Amino acid sequence: MISNRLTGLPLAATSVCMSNAGQHQVGRPGRRACGATAVLIAGAMALSGCISVNAPNDAIVIELNINIKQEVIYRLAADAENTIEENADIF
Amino acid sequence: MGMMQMTNLTRKIGLATGAAALALGALSSPAIARDPAYAAARSAGQVGEKMDGYLGIVGGSTSALRAMVDDINIKRKAVYAQKAKAQHATIEEYAFTSGCVLISQTIPGEKYEAPGNVWKTRTSAAPDRDPRCP
Repeated sequence: MISNRLTGLPLAATSVCMSNAGQHQVGRPGRRACGATAVLIAGAMALSGCISVNAPNDAIVIELNINIKQEVIYRLAADAENTIEENADIF
Repeated sequence: MGMMQMTNLTRKIGLATGAAALALGALSSPAIARDPAYAAARSAGQVGEKMDGYLGIVGGSTSALRAMVDDINIKRKAVYAQKAKAQHATIEEYAFTSGCVLISQTIPGEKYEAPGNVWKTRTSAAPDRDPRCP
């Protein structure tokens, strides 16, 4: 009856934490629950802090370019040589 | 008789000159020579071949030098773009490949960009190129 009434109140959590003078020692588990919630919130905050690591997007793009070039250069080399010969005024 | 020999000789000289001109023309027919200002800047080491396939200014820059280099690089990029499309490659890939070729084609005394973004002077030895160059 009493617990029902307490949880029914708008400030239920605060009431449970503060009114530990209850006859069935209702206050103790209530305080523990409050502590657990605090730990959870702190954990969530710490986690959100960890997530904000900046991913180096640019570096990844450059790595990919290097991999593509390695095989493409050999394919283009002969054509590039002809192009240079044909446009000797700008090379 | 003496007159005949003279005309014959003149004709022969004329023919020889014509043949030489033809031979020269055949040698340099597809390639238009470099602009004298560009050729001078190259041999003076004011400009050098970069690894990316474009021309770079090596030492101090003047507005005239900058304008010349920009003009050549814009023309190079237009050629690279056209040829890259034909080869189904990117402009950067085609330009980089051309850079490999152009650095190997430098002559002793000319400047080129070596790995690590440093300008080097070409010697009679092979140039210090990117390890990916063929």
